[in-house]
Amino acid sequence: MSGEAAAQSPWQAATITGIRKRTPRVTSFFIQPSRPFTYRAGQHVDVRLTAPDGYQARRSYSIASAPEVGEAIELAIERLDDGEVSPFFHDVAAVGDEIELRGPLGGHFVWSDSDGGPLMLVGGGSGVVPLAAMIRHRFARKSPVPVALMFSARVWDEVIFRDELIGLDDRKDGLQLVLTLTREAARRPSDYSRRIDAAMAVQSMARLPEPPKLAFVCGSNSFVSAAAQALIDADIPADIIRTERYGV
Amino acid sequence: MVTRGFSGRRPPTSDDGRIPPGQYLEQGFPVLSAGPTPRVRTQDWSFTLKHGPRPIKKWNWAEFNALPLSKMTRDIHCVTAWTKFDTPWQGVLVDDILGDAGIEPPTAFTLALSFDGYSTNVPTKDLVAGKAMVALFYEGKPITPDHGGPARLLVPHLYFWKSAKWVSGLQFTQRDEPGFWELRGYHIYGDPWREQRYTSDP
Ligand SMILES: Cc1cc2nc3c(=O)[nH]c(=O)nc-3n(C[C@H](O)[C@H](O)[C@H](O)COP(=O)(O)OP(=O)(O)OC[C@H]3O[C@@H](n4cnc5c(N)ncnc54)[C@H](O)[C@@H]3O)c2cc1C
Repeated sequence: MSGEAAAQSPWQAATITGIRKRTPRVTSFFIQPSRPFTYRAGQHVDVRLTAPDGYQARRSYSIASAPEVGEAIELAIERLDDGEVSPFFHDVAAVGDEIELRGPLGGHFVWSDSDGGPLMLVGGGSGVVPLAAMIRHRFARKSPVPVALMFSARVWDEVIFRDELIGLDDRKDGLQLVLTLTREAARRPSDYSRRIDAAMAVQSMARLPEPPKLAFVCGSNSFVSAAAQALIDADIPADIIRTERYGV
Repeated sequence: MVTRGFSGRRPPTSDDGRIPPGQYLEQGFPVLSAGPTPRVRTQDWSFTLKHGPRPIKKWNWAEFNALPLSKMTRDIHCVTAWTKFDTPWQGVLVDDILGDAGIEPPTAFTLALSFDGYSTNVPTKDLVAGKAMVALFYEGKPITPDHGGPARLLVPHLYFWKSAKWVSGLQFTQRDEPGFWELRGYHIYGDPWREQRYTSDP
């Protein structure tokens, strides 16, 4: 990198200050940027790793933490066994290590309590991460905006942030959690055990006091395509649906 | 800054310098877009060339398909860091669209417009002289809705967000007017070889 580019580059060093296993395949990394920044719920950062010979890999990760919690950001990273970057985090990264990141990035898949609602949030697997940031932001701001979160996971033990989300659901303060397990029986009476479809979208929406003003859908490509179609089939207008696809 | 314990997956040794900095080689074809996949039926499809707000010429699906078809096989580079080699497209060169309308480009800047409200700006010189097309086929088959079918812009030498999916027209503009992602933090030009990802990149 030339000196000039380095001077302009917003890449910055950041230190891993905490590591917490969330599910068998997802671990949270708490990362302290050397130059802290403000961000909005739903934004992501880019992470860059550099090998000794200069080879670099870069990936995007949504910020899981609410903007209110402090300077360290939480990234919840799912391990892909044949991946390049996620296995590094799971197998190698340790507290005290430095990585490079830039951010916050993304100005479309974002929500602040001042944007209002109701909100329909739909996440598949690690796609729940930016939605969790929105829910945590709502809680931190004591926002009354009604929110329904439809969250699809394979099995109960792979429901990321499960206990926290159920705890928030139990408060009955306007957040409705709908879990759907695709490879196991539902555990709570309000949950499902099948893939998200239009009927499920209709029933989840009915838990909101009025139709959603905004819908956010995040996950793998195939998940986002299917879930966004389910919302459209449930008569949610396409132009209020925002999607974020994690690729692959 | 070297990352402790990171060695990384090498790009193939035979890539001949075809992978821009910060990119990795992808075998699949990931899908990225800002909203749900619009289903644009060919009977409802049209393509409009505009100078500012003023339409210059409009084609329906049959008229557009009657324009000369060209082939382009190119490497494509997505800002989310994947690069895919040798993607085969077929479609109508922007040169041939202008030729059919009987015009020379009236301004130096162009905004590509899509059926879902998406837009992206590209300097006019990056669209002409065989550099870009409105693609109708991928790997010999009609482009699927996920990948922008029935028609998408293809500007392979810029980051792939410039290759507007579900394209509905090109609009010549007096100034370089930022489009959807350019207004949301992405670079105004987007050259993968200069890593022009975000607004602040040189
Ligand atoms: C905006 C955004 C936000 C995101 N947020 C999150 C998040 O919060 N949490 C999260 O876990 N993920 C998130 N992702 C996904 C994340 O960026 C990575 O794609 C993911 O971690 C996989 O990276 P990887 O390096 O481990 O795998 P990669 O090396 O990228 O591989 C991904 C898959 O592709 C295949 N593959 C690709 N290239 C090769 C190759 N050369 N050889 C073999 N196999 C290959 C592998 O099968 C592998 O399973 C986000 C993505 C985006 C775009």
